[in-house]
Amino acid sequence: MKLIVDGIEREVDVEPGMPLLWVLRDELGITGVKYGCGVAQCGACTVHLNGEAVRSCQTPAADAEGAEVLTINGLGTPDALHAVQEAWIDHQVAQCGYCQSGQIMQAAALLAENPDPTDADIDDAMWGNLCRCGTYPRIRAAIHTAAAKLKEA
Amino acid sequence: MSRLRTITRRGFLIGSAAIAGGVAFGVYSARTPHPNPLLEGLAEGEASFNPWVLVRADGITLITPHADKGQGVTSAQAVLIAEEMDLEMGQFEVSFGAPDPAYYNTALTSEAVPFMPTNESWGAETVRDALGGVAKLLGMQGTGGSSAMPDSFDKLRRAGAIARETLKLAAARETGVAVEDLRTESGAVVLPDGTRLDYTALASAAAGVDPVQDVTLRDPAEWRLIGKPTQRVDIVAKSTGTMTYGIDLKVEGVVHAAVRTNPRQGGALLSYDDSAARAMRGVSDVLEIPGGIAVIADNTWRAIRAAETVEVDWGPAPYLAEQDDHWTALADAFNDDQLDKTWRDEGDTSATISAATDVVQAEYRSPYVAHAPLEPLNAIVRVNADSTDVWTGHQMPQFLQRQVAAITGQTPDQIRFHNQFIGGSFGHRLELEYLKHAAAIAVQMPGIPVKLTYSREEDFAHDYPRHPAIGRGRGVVANGRVEAMEVDIAAPSVMASQMGRIGMNIPGPDSQITSGAWNNPYNIPNLRVRGFRAEGLAPVSSWRAVGAPGAGFIFDSFLDELIHAAGADPLEERIRLMGHEASRRVLETVGEMASWAGPLGNGKGRGVAFVESFGVPFAQIIEVTATDRGIRIDDVWAACDVGTVVDPVNFEGLVQGGIVFGLGHAINCEITYADGMAQQQNYYDHEAMRIWQAPRIHVRGLENGSKVRGIGEPMVPPAAPALANAIFAATGQRIREMPFNKHIDFV
Ligand code: FES
Ligand code: FES
Repeated sequence: MKLIVDGIEREVDVEPGMPLLWVLRDELGITGVKYGCGVAQCGACTVHLNGEAVRSCQTPAADAEGAEVLTINGLGTPDALHAVQEAWIDHQVAQCGYCQSGQIMQAAALLAENPDPTDADIDDAMWGNLCRCGTYPRIRAAIHTAAAKLKEA
Repeated sequence: MSRLRTITRRGFLIGSAAIAGGVAFGVYSARTPHPNPLLEGLAEGEASFNPWVLVRADGITLITPHADKGQGVTSAQAVLIAEEMDLEMGQFEVSFGAPDPAYYNTALTSEAVPFMPTNESWGAETVRDALGGVAKLLGMQGTGGSSAMPDSFDKLRRAGAIARETLKLAAARETGVAVEDLRTESGAVVLPDGTRLDYTALASAAAGVDPVQDVTLRDPAEWRLIGKPTQRVDIVAKSTGTMTYGIDLKVEGVVHAAVRTNPRQGGALLSYDDSAARAMRGVSDVLEIPGGIAVIADNTWRAIRAAETVEVDWGPAPYLAEQDDHWTALADAFNDDQLDKTWRDEGDTSATISAATDVVQAEYRSPYVAHAPLEPLNAIVRVNADSTDVWTGHQMPQFLQRQVAAITGQTPDQIRFHNQFIGGSFGHRLELEYLKHAAAIAVQMPGIPVKLTYSREEDFAHDYPRHPAIGRGRGVVANGRVEAMEVDIAAPSVMASQMGRIGMNIPGPDSQITSGAWNNPYNIPNLRVRGFRAEGLAPVSSWRAVGAPGAGFIFDSFLDELIHAAGADPLEERIRLMGHEASRRVLETVGEMASWAGPLGNGKGRGVAFVESFGVPFAQIIEVTATDRGIRIDDVWAACDVGTVVDPVNFEGLVQGGIVFGLGHAINCEITYADGMAQQQNYYDHEAMRIWQAPRIHVRGLENGSKVRGIGEPMVPPAAPALANAIFAATGQRIREMPFNKHIDFV
């Protein structure tokens, strides 16, 4: 089947029920997308599917057929950072960093929809993204900074 | 990021660094430095002055051997070297290095001594140094116990200074300018006329110079990096999805493995039917391993799914099967035969309590809790003809080598360990079961790299959780003061359980049973703290701050009850009783930060707690609001003394995160056993804190203590009692059992 991942058309031969997470990680080698729980409890696997944040561990490959998938690796790169990534670096949010791909993808989706979120909006949008290291205070601060940056741009 | 393989293949010996060893131990080998592993096979023109610094024409590599589980210790170690070596961030690469006795950790065992960490008397220091010598003799290179900074602080600055002075000497010989006329700046030796000789250009010359050992460390007033905000070396990668964790590693020809082993930990595999699994797409084999089975497939998901379809008959648990029996075993441990040690016995506690008409009494419980870091356990193992490669993130390299060697039939030095960045640990990566599983598979498939990934469910089932505890307090108050306090704590010995799994017998009492209780430096006129050792419970392991989250909750909660019974102010009475200057200042500081004496809104309450762990006095004040839907945690003020704050930005983040961690588990996490199996399987039943519950957290680090201390753990223990004390202040309800949500709702 065909998918468009980070703007590039890719062809994979997998069971229709294989979660998109494992198609990305094991079949396409895109490892910025993380496995944390496999059951939509942690958000580490969050990607954008046609612009919307989804848990790729709960998205069967068949649902992604022909769709545009955006991963953390396509959102921005160390040389061309997305505003959210920039804010994440400014605030030094990451500790172990394992949840942060998902946090950043969720935050980017939030800001695309709501350019000026309040703390309550942030809590609503981000509640499904677990951070075992407890970086929530800096996630909130970084989202506000990213919002300001995006407005300037 | 790692150049290690090239380093060890191309080495060149030019000398080794003298490291201050264990004093007062009287054993010569404990005082002699281990040889520098970087020297083995250096190429022409490359220089290494000690085990931490490698200079080559094309770049500088700093070896940062402490495992990085997210605490930022890679950066912190590099900062210490770079400070003295006059390197800027970005002018070097970092590498974890290979396991080597040169990287022994002198601080790791120091908390095992029977002296309070706040006791810096000659006797206490001598015994700590001697234990550091033991670590060195064992070549124990470990990360844990918030020991990385205490271990590294002098050692790595000295390594940087040796490199700097040796490079200056090399430059002097090259140019004929006297060493005294040279200075260093931004990765270069600078001549009096301003000419810059880059370190990398001096590598070849420096390789012929004996390292200068007589060096002076910089005056803290001149520090450029230590104590200043620096950008963590891993932060860009971790913000762009480009950090390669162990779980992301690609090795040529790798196969994927998933396991099912007896969820009754240590129990046997009786029989299994793998016919469905074998028929599934991508599955190439099903193998037996001790206590379970492994599925080999061409993709992680296919392996995990196939393993789930194997029908297995498991043997019974080698410990009590039902949770109620675990609590009974703890309750039954309060007897003379199971007394592990009386840790504090001041005044005459028994007589004071017997003579009193009113005795305050209470009992507390602290449950089993899982580590559950977000990156599930994983490892790649390849058994070669005369060596084995192991790629994983781990905190105890030498233990890993020994355990894997025992399975592959090789010697520990044939096990080539390639350490990786870790997606959280909290103590999980001290354990070796997953590596034994991976090795047991790989040894059946020689030459093939086998990547084992635990499913989240397998990770929960095979976690060795934090040990549970029951605490009993009795005390007397008089004239508005706490007069007598007795705290007895029953728990299994986490050290015996953990070290027993690697075949090490730890004699004597286990300080972790009462850690967070006995070591609080209060001067209460009559104080007794005793630990009792419970037997027959589930195997347990070190969980962030080890004994202190449980025992600290028990001790501080009971002290709070006594203070309320006395009618005293919770903060003032703690300050009055405090017998240690730096700790008193921590309490005073947190009071100022929170405006403790100030007015409170309706439905609000504030609680204070103080728990010392790993040598760090730590006080927290929490403010909550009792809403009609439950407790809301509004603010946390946190103050501690770590001697020196190496990086204020990382420090603040770690403290905030650790408080979120401490609060989240106190609110809603426990592991319980039924039929010998942990009943919790994924985050939906062991959730901890999510963003909507996270309070504002205000942090201050004091620097009055005389030693540098680590901050990986000490913020965790005071969080739970501070919250319980705040809930009492807001509602009058005293919560004596974690998780608190068994007794009260949270919003
Ligand atoms: S891995 Fe998808 S939500 Fe946890
Ligand atoms: S940074 Fe470690 S889980 Fe979020």
